[in-house]
Amino acid sequence: MAKVVLKQVTKEFNGQQVVKGLDLVIPDGSFTVLVGPSGCGKSTTLRMIAGLEQATGGEILIGEQPVNDLPPGKRDVAMVFQNYALYPTMSVYDNISYGLRNRGYSKKECQVLVEEIAEVVGLAPYLKRKPSQLSGGQRQRVALARAMVKKPQVFLMDEPLSNLDAKLRNQMRVELTSLHKQLGSTFIYVTHDQVEAMTMGDQIVVMNEGQIMQVAAPMDLYQEPDNLFVAQFIGSPAMNIVPAAEREDQVWGFRPEKALLRHAGVSSVGHADAMDMHGHIVSREILGSDTLYHVETDKGRVVVKTDTESLLDAGSAVHVTVPLSSIYVFDRATGKRIARAENGVRQQILAGGVV
Amino acid sequence: MRQAGLTAWKTVEWLLLAAVGLIFVFPFLWMFLTAFKTMPEVYQFPPTWWPESWQFQNFEIAWSSGPFLTYVWNSFLVAAGILVLQLLTGVPAAYAFARYRFRGREALFGLTLIALMIPAQVIFLPVYVEMSHWGLVNTLWALILPYGASAFGIFLLRQSFMQVPDEVIEAARLDNASEWKIMWTIMVPMAKPVLVTFGLFSFIYHWNDYFWPLIMTNSNEVRTLPIGISMLKAAEGGKLWNVIMAGNMILVLPILAIFFFAQRHIISAFVYQSK
Repeated sequence: MAKVVLKQVTKEFNGQQVVKGLDLVIPDGSFTVLVGPSGCGKSTTLRMIAGLEQATGGEILIGEQPVNDLPPGKRDVAMVFQNYALYPTMSVYDNISYGLRNRGYSKKECQVLVEEIAEVVGLAPYLKRKPSQLSGGQRQRVALARAMVKKPQVFLMDEPLSNLDAKLRNQMRVELTSLHKQLGSTFIYVTHDQVEAMTMGDQIVVMNEGQIMQVAAPMDLYQEPDNLFVAQFIGSPAMNIVPAAEREDQVWGFRPEKALLRHAGVSSVGHADAMDMHGHIVSREILGSDTLYHVETDKGRVVVKTDTESLLDAGSAVHVTVPLSSIYVFDRATGKRIARAENGVRQQILAGGVV
Repeated sequence: MRQAGLTAWKTVEWLLLAAVGLIFVFPFLWMFLTAFKTMPEVYQFPPTWWPESWQFQNFEIAWSSGPFLTYVWNSFLVAAGILVLQLLTGVPAAYAFARYRFRGREALFGLTLIALMIPAQVIFLPVYVEMSHWGLVNTLWALILPYGASAFGIFLLRQSFMQVPDEVIEAARLDNASEWKIMWTIMVPMAKPVLVTFGLFSFIYHWNDYFWPLIMTNSNEVRTLPIGISMLKAAEGGKLWNVIMAGNMILVLPILAIFFFAQRHIISAFVYQSK
């Protein structure tokens, strides 16, 4: 167990900066998720922590020890790769014990440790098989076992679930989180999937273009995004962005579930402390418990999420009302979050539904 | 109708394959049959297919007409020694070409490919002079050392090492494996079909090689099997074809045996594998 600290870490490939001065503290025992669109530098960051890439600048510490010049095998980290990266010519047993043997464990010690881990991940009956004789989920377990058996200070995972089918992915998600609780080690997990990030992490690092956009716990990230990027990246469907009333240099954002959708015929509730838009429904997606309406309004296209109790048809003219208390204000030029539209006074107002 | 056409096509295909097969097999068959004939029967016209009586003593005559055991042992030492050296130099070279980025990599690899195109006959004179300077002419070393690195082997292994996913090597690095260990415990086992194929090519080539031992050796202690058999011909005035063929049988038998056991690997080296 150890905390991981990045100090002004940069990485250049062919003169192009892909990681730009990262400062990050990953607390001991945390499940930290690096999330962001492809090319944001999250995998490169993970690989620098692993030692598979050399940082161009800055310092990386694992525990209290600077590791910049340590080779991967000496950093006391273990990594799980997206495509498992098992040794195809070795049996499951040899795959798991390879790292131990290279660290000088005796055959006897290896056997005890491998069998113990195989029991934990449910691989005991398959130890003699080759990876090609296993299913995707089983291979994933071998990759996990190979990492776990070394009892590393830090687990690094690079999109480990993206090669699995949806059902198995959900199952492994739960297993990984409980594994984290059980081991108590530091987990650093890279994904582009914000659902994975939100459900698994206790600290989420949102990255974009080689920079950290925000570091926060999942719900804080959702409720208090620091900037437009995070606001739009976290949450599905994404936050709606519309021009701010009166101020040219600002934009407003609101979550699709915070808006109220009304038939144009229904008389306006007429709230001074709410934003009102007129428009018509362009399309409707019924997801089961929820419905998404894509509405073309006078301020641009927005998405509204409601329950499925009363449905409006595509083409209907509607009002979209958003309480000012649910509106986020951002600087148009920098994308920085300013404050809520309504200054602190939270009014009880209907939100989220069809009237 | 369509079924009949298909069957007819299959038949043609089989006939063609059989014809080609026969072209390749016939010399072997003729060697085999001749090795068991008597001398008059060899020259008989029209020739007989099947030996009238099987002359096993042809093998005895061939074997006892020179130090054949020494020849066989020398041939084996040379072919095996070359193969071991070629693997010791070729595996690291191929690993470096496939996996490292270094200044001059492309140029060096280009040089390797050029070496692939130069036949031994072009450079034998300077190599001979070199060997004679080192006092190695008429030793087994003169047969082994000049072939210690194989451009073909490096090329073949590099292609196969390039197929190994980066992550597998990175996983091994995280498992605290040294580069040397990665090379021999991860890369080499993954390239097994290619290694076996290359090993066979190299072994057969040097087992059968006539040219190089001919110029580098001049005494029986270091001569190899092909030279021994050619001396059979010289000694007997080129007339005793049955004995010469018996000698040739002795030459090819070990190769055929190895080939028979390694067939599976050769096929998998040349057939695209999906995993």
